[in-house]
Amino acid sequence: MKELQGKIKQLFDDKKVDLVIGWEKGSLPMSSSPLFINNPEDINKLIFDETCQNNLAVYLTKDKRRLSKDNKKIGIVVKGCDARSLVLYCVEQQVKRENIVIVGVPCNGVIDKKKVLEKTDNREVLEYRCDGNKVFVKGRDFELSINKIEVLSDSCLSCTYPDAPEFDEFIGTPRSEDKTKDEFKNVNDFEKLSLDKRWATINKEYSKCVRCYACRNVCPSCYCNTCFVDQNDPQWIGKSPEITDTIIFHLIRNLHVAGRCVECGACARACPEGIDLLLLNKKITKEIRERFDYTAGIDINEKPAMAAYCENEKQDFIMG
Amino acid sequence: MAGTGRLEYPTSIMALRVLCSSRIDPVFLLKAYLKGADGVLIGGCHPGDCHYETGNYYTRRRFMILKTIFDSLGLKSERFRLSWISASEGVKFAKVANEFTETINNIGPNDTKNNMFL
Ligand code: SF4
Ligand code: SF4
Ligand code: SF4
Ligand code: FES
Repeated sequence: MKELQGKIKQLFDDKKVDLVIGWEKGSLPMSSSPLFINNPEDINKLIFDETCQNNLAVYLTKDKRRLSKDNKKIGIVVKGCDARSLVLYCVEQQVKRENIVIVGVPCNGVIDKKKVLEKTDNREVLEYRCDGNKVFVKGRDFELSINKIEVLSDSCLSCTYPDAPEFDEFIGTPRSEDKTKDEFKNVNDFEKLSLDKRWATINKEYSKCVRCYACRNVCPSCYCNTCFVDQNDPQWIGKSPEITDTIIFHLIRNLHVAGRCVECGACARACPEGIDLLLLNKKITKEIRERFDYTAGIDINEKPAMAAYCENEKQDFIMG
Repeated sequence: MAGTGRLEYPTSIMALRVLCSSRIDPVFLLKAYLKGADGVLIGGCHPGDCHYETGNYYTRRRFMILKTIFDSLGLKSERFRLSWISASEGVKFAKVANEFTETINNIGPNDTKNNMFL
């Protein structure tokens, strides 16, 4: 923490940044809030730990108008997945690489509050502490010690790029790709199910959706000015949480982020209904990896899979 | 060209013009489907011949992903077809249109109206 704060202070001193986006302690236990540092005085609020689950990259696109005033130089503290979003933004020309200073922090996974609440039977957590591999929570009439791995976000359990693939500064030594994890375990299990079962799973998951669009709003890859679900003329799909419209919303969103999803899991963590939103995204990621040998947000000089082509690629699915 | 060549293609087809096959967002297909279309046929210029040079290469990738996802969920992806038919290929258009209509006739009508989903 001290090292991170020192680094940011130095960036301000060297006039390399006008604004830094990071995390501060949240007002509730187990939470953090985004922190915008305009003034070096605020640097001591800066933290990084397993509660820093927001993907801060979103502000660079969704809050563009405010942030890009006066051509500010923006420093941003990132985990591996957040950095991949930034790479994607550079590739998609949403931000200029020279206008941002990427400060990577070593990430060991973030916790999913919903998983903690499952452990406490939804009883309110008043105190939270994390110590190495253990998480301690305390409420009005209970006290629990949980293995951290049990409450880590699903996306972290399958994350292969815990540290930023692209950065200007790094706190500690960045690790390269983690090849020990089975990235597509859930997808492979899903693919083994019979067709009926697969459809039933999707139906069951998505029928919980209340169409609050939290998933889209936190998604760094969903930065359209007007999303297709919000358009009225033409109105593409119905707006009520009716299963057909809901599944179409999700399928189209999946297709829109195909080859652009950085698997940060922010969508799944934001979902109030605990829907497994990563499954289909991962399925597409896997397909794109196999077909086009592309992974989103790794290489700043590579075009996204859906905006690239190879003249002679396989077209077995086109019938003449 | 199919018209001026007096070639017959099924009257059940409603042609919608877009500037390039890459203009087609997956939501168009699903919208057509929800509106009761039994199938959607996308015609694009042959690879290398797109008026915008590379539009159809993107279409090809998008369509590929759409197909894979639909297939993996057991949705009837045969209702969607992408074919390379250039503006001058009236004969091919008629052939593909006839073939596609037959496929759709075999699958039967779109039952979204009775059924909740695809
Ligand atoms: S779809 Fe979900 S996992 Fe993928 S980039 Fe968006 S928020 Fe992250
Ligand atoms: S779902 Fe599609 S249209 Fe909506 S914000 Fe995401 S990418 Fe844009
Ligand atoms: S966050 Fe969850 S409930 Fe809200 S729209 Fe997304 S999937 Fe549906
Ligand atoms: S003009 Fe692009 S596919 Fe025909």
